[in-house]
Amino acid sequence: MRIEEHPILGTFEKGSPVQFTFDGQTMEGFEGEPVAIALRSNGVLIHRYTTRRNEPRGMFCAIGRCTDCIMVVNGQPNIRTCVEPLKVGMVVETQKGNGPERITE
Amino acid sequence: MRRYEMICVGAGPAGLAAAIEAARNGVQVVVYDENDRPGGQLFKQIHKFFGSQEHRAKERGFNIGQSFLDEARELGVEVSLNSVVLGIYENGALNVMIADRIEQVLAQKTLVATGASENMIPFPGWTLPGVVGAGAAQTMANIHGIRPGNDILMVGSGNVGVIVSYQMMQAGSRVAAVIDAAPEIGGYAVHAAKIARVGVPFMMSHTIKEAHGKDRVEGATVIQVDESWKPIAGTEKRFEVDTICIAVGLNPMTQLLRMAGCKTAFVPALGGRLPVHDENQETSVKGIYVAGDVSGIEEASTAVIEGRIAGLSIAHSLGYLDEASFLEQRAQQYASMKGLRSGSHGERRGKAKEYLNAVLKGTMNAL
Repeated sequence: MRIEEHPILGTFEKGSPVQFTFDGQTMEGFEGEPVAIALRSNGVLIHRYTTRRNEPRGMFCAIGRCTDCIMVVNGQPNIRTCVEPLKVGMVVETQKGNGPERITE
Repeated sequence: MRRYEMICVGAGPAGLAAAIEAARNGVQVVVYDENDRPGGQLFKQIHKFFGSQEHRAKERGFNIGQSFLDEARELGVEVSLNSVVLGIYENGALNVMIADRIEQVLAQKTLVATGASENMIPFPGWTLPGVVGAGAAQTMANIHGIRPGNDILMVGSGNVGVIVSYQMMQAGSRVAAVIDAAPEIGGYAVHAAKIARVGVPFMMSHTIKEAHGKDRVEGATVIQVDESWKPIAGTEKRFEVDTICIAVGLNPMTQLLRMAGCKTAFVPALGGRLPVHDENQETSVKGIYVAGDVSGIEEASTAVIEGRIAGLSIAHSLGYLDEASFLEQRAQQYASMKGLRSGSHGERRGKAKEYLNAVLKGTMNAL
């Protein structure tokens, strides 16, 4: 899925390779790139399932506007993964409906 | 509350051009942008622009974006990223969320250059992973270096549809077809020819009927439409694609302007409901200016000129630029604009802009 050599842009500047987990599975991506891009490069297209109809949703606008790509990241639901920078050790999970209920301080 | 002489909302081509022009004349400017990088959509434009030299023809968007940024920095323009302007008060103060903190800021002049968002068409299966906006495809390929898919169906033959189709091929994807419900290709012939030449079929008078697949796109069925855009049964054709790209136009992001009470008019030639504005890019609310796609969907090059006009006009009204130099420089910008608002596409937009001005002046009624 990654473009190795682009005819106009050449190679893409990326951060260092880092590991993260997706639903418990260890994956690799580049630090600082959007979580959604790292997932896509690992073949993950489904980010969440909708509340009422349990339908799959994935990345749609890729600029943080549509919120279709929200997931549970480090335990926090509703994170727009297309604009959330990837960090080493991130725990990324498929979001079911509104995600886990929790009270934050 | 923090105070500035001028606030720009949006660090795209219009916002940056305005900030540069104003700062050059001595105005203290801050630019807010919700993204983590400035430049708006310019950095996704990897094709060469056309027009004349003065419109940066033959240069690629991302290079133009970079030179704007360098210039803004040199002039001391403050560019605040990850800064979402949430609202605007009656006195003109803005609520800005920077990281996770909300601040109030007030400026003597505010330029809203928020750009546009993509239109979408719903069809069975349109929520499946693999259906993406053309802008998303462009962001994935040109910014993040990842192919949105291997086999793509492009819905929409306007400039965005044809340019992004070419970009997808540059990214290594196959474009199965470009379809459009309209009978004629919407984009410039130059861009359409580039993909037609390599054998991408254009299916005019065709719309998408449905996307197939359970967990992701596995195919798409298109159908022919008649003159009244009604689907003709029996003309279905299926494509084995993993990605469906939607490029069916843009819509000005006028939320802040409507919140501020700016008068609007409906202008289909410019993308929908728009703030009426005068030849200085000022809206019906004194002190609030617009430039770029939010004031009518055009192009990056026209957005830059509108931004410059707004910047000059703000510098003039704040007393940094005398009347004679202002009028002379504004005239130069309009002369430059003339070349971009000619031809069948441009002329229609130019007329629509005149209409917006006439509504503001009260010589015409708003639709």
